[in-house]
Amino acid sequence: MTEGLNLPEYYIPPEIEGTVAITTLDRIYNWGRRYSVWPMFFGLACCAIEMIATAGARFDMARFGMEIMRPSPRQCDLMIISGTVTKKLVPQIVRLYNQMPEPKYVLSMGACASGGGPFKRGYNVVAGIDKFLPVDVYVPGCPPTPQALLFGLMKIQEKIDQESISKVRWYSDEPDEGIPVPILGPDLIDPRDFPALLKKEQEKEKQA
Amino acid sequence: MSEQTAVINKINQSIINRFPDWVREDEREGYEGLLVEAAHLIPFMEVLRDEFGYDSLTSVTGVDYLPEEKMEVVYHLYKSTGGSILVVKVQVPRSSPVIPSLVGLYPGAAFQEREAWDLLGIRFEGHPNLKRILMWEGFEGHPLRKDWVEAFFEGEFKPYEDRWPEGKVSKIETDKPLGKNINYPEGFNPETWIPDAKELLFQGTVSLKTEDDDPGLETEHLVVNLGPQHPSTHGVFRMVAKLEGETVVDLEPVMGYLHRNHEKIGERNTFSMNMPYTDRLDYFCSMSNNFGYALSVEKLLGEKYQPPERAQYIRVIMAELTRILNHFMAIGFFLNDLGAYFTPALYAIKERELILDIFEAVSGSRMMCNYFRFGGVVRDLPEGIEEHIRKMVYERLPRQIDEMDRYLVDNEIVVSRCQGVGVLTPEQAIAYSAAGPVLRASGVPYDIRRADPYGIYDRFDFDVAVRYHGDVYDRFLIKYDEVRQSIRILQQAIDGLPGGEILANKPAYKFRMPKGESYGRVEGPKGELGFYIVSDGTNNPWRYHVRAPSFINLTGLREMSLGEKIADLVAILGSIDIVLGEVDR
Ligand code: SF4
Repeated sequence: MTEGLNLPEYYIPPEIEGTVAITTLDRIYNWGRRYSVWPMFFGLACCAIEMIATAGARFDMARFGMEIMRPSPRQCDLMIISGTVTKKLVPQIVRLYNQMPEPKYVLSMGACASGGGPFKRGYNVVAGIDKFLPVDVYVPGCPPTPQALLFGLMKIQEKIDQESISKVRWYSDEPDEGIPVPILGPDLIDPRDFPALLKKEQEKEKQA
Repeated sequence: MSEQTAVINKINQSIINRFPDWVREDEREGYEGLLVEAAHLIPFMEVLRDEFGYDSLTSVTGVDYLPEEKMEVVYHLYKSTGGSILVVKVQVPRSSPVIPSLVGLYPGAAFQEREAWDLLGIRFEGHPNLKRILMWEGFEGHPLRKDWVEAFFEGEFKPYEDRWPEGKVSKIETDKPLGKNINYPEGFNPETWIPDAKELLFQGTVSLKTEDDDPGLETEHLVVNLGPQHPSTHGVFRMVAKLEGETVVDLEPVMGYLHRNHEKIGERNTFSMNMPYTDRLDYFCSMSNNFGYALSVEKLLGEKYQPPERAQYIRVIMAELTRILNHFMAIGFFLNDLGAYFTPALYAIKERELILDIFEAVSGSRMMCNYFRFGGVVRDLPEGIEEHIRKMVYERLPRQIDEMDRYLVDNEIVVSRCQGVGVLTPEQAIAYSAAGPVLRASGVPYDIRRADPYGIYDRFDFDVAVRYHGDVYDRFLIKYDEVRQSIRILQQAIDGLPGGEILANKPAYKFRMPKGESYGRVEGPKGELGFYIVSDGTNNPWRYHVRAPSFINLTGLREMSLGEKIADLVAILGSIDIVLGEVDR
């Protein structure tokens, strides 16, 4: 049970092994978090089916403490973007991401979520969720096999292992503004693009 | 084949004789059906429905004939008693595409007409609720028009120009504003553009905004929004329900959250490039999607692309395995919706994995099989897989479906939550163009495999599953019946599997496509899956339309839900068995 928790340089007598651990604060903090990553119950497209298969008995996500999929973003640690992100949906995805409490991670599953995949040229498709959200792990494939997804989840665990309680962003003093929610106009509008768009307009006017 | 053509001609002739003045045969090369003048469409359809018995309007779609400056709307109808498809077309000038709406006669046209408005800009006069369905209100342009180009536009047709001109990689993103897949209209200024916030909130649900219908009573209706992120919507689907107390008094489905532009991309692709895209329509059933598409292209290609015997058998085996897989998953997910969270689904996933093993062995991929080709299938069955399939269909699957039956069908909670809920009468089911299990659970024994056989389905001995109450429980039970029938077909197919070739022609990327149109349909696990293809003789389809069963089955959702409790909405939706990849395409 204490696997990965003990610091190797300390001797613990065999008779109390398994009941006593000598470790650092960071290590126990991350050890606790890495085995209880709760993903959001949120399927987007074909990849979601393989995500469900990963939760099934053959691949069994529960081995990593991740089988508890929560429909509410308030209870989630991990957002698996499992499929094609469309312009019509991306405002909702960003809103859900903003609603998730820290610490939170994003796993981009499949070609579509990572870069648009086969549908990249579609007029209603966002070519990669990383245009909007910070992605922690990309899993390639169309769809990624359950094994690939498991590997991606293990990468999330590795990432968690490397974090330090003194440096993580959710304990820093800077307020978290969240990500501005895109707007559906004549086409998708990202509020962060406003300055750039305005500049372009002004340049056009100057030329005219 | 020619016998069938003769029958169709006879029917067409008798219809033309009835209205000699404004109905004529479509005489373009490779086309079939009847051309009707727009002004007479409604009385004509009324006669078709009431006198000739074409009571189901299965597909409505538009075609943009840009060179001829015309818009055409194509209707496919059939009789619910069986027989082949009747094609009716209406042509209007492209500058003012207005056509009378058929929603009054065939309520099943409601969503499809909205789709044609959304994507092609064809206005349907008299439609009660004509607004965008897949894109959002306020979107600029009608994307399926031939002169509309998307932001990441690289050329009319694939294959595109060299991506490495003179050894330099060029990517479409680099010369786009901000490197994103966006296009703003000329002179668009984000500062001065003001969205109407209230409008936005109720986008797509305007009809629900009215508060009080009965001025005498002081009641307030509550509008509840389910989705698009909701565990019971099987993906990203949204329902807006108006409630009185707990009772649903109005409901509007909102979709398009997974609209991946299948048809626009399909029209840029070559014919064979579309095969893997069809996998991603209904992503549980890639094999039957392949089947439908292959069938309609083969119809266009003609006799010499008829698949050889062995390929025909392999096709049937794969399509039926897909049906079993789909129904197992549908049962599992449906129980999820009822609250039996995940345990029944785990049993279903177990069977799915075993069937996926077969798919992976034959096609190399678990889900996206891309296995069918025009004139056959791409690879022969690998060694030993035949034995595996035989074991599955003779031993494992019959046992497992009985097990599911034992655990779930008589369960008290399942029965009390399902019986009598969400009823769709046979008349309604036909009127709403329902197909597949939804139609058959309402007491209409219509199965394309029997009513209008394709492939070699006329050789097999099976019963058309039918149930008579039209409620959620029957839509649940019919999945068991169909699995049992599929097992019967599979047993016959695996025993009769002959040797020989698997492809009628040499493997090829390009085909000589004759001009013309074709509509191929299969009985997919969710209902009639049709592909409407117009070829102008080039390598790319001029029009490529998918008649998606999940999408059209949803037309009846409002009818099923009215007067039910809000908690039952989830069960009703689950019983229709939708897949969003197919609903939104
Ligand atoms: S990556 Fe492939 S499987 Fe995944 S959502 Fe996209 S098309 Fe579907």
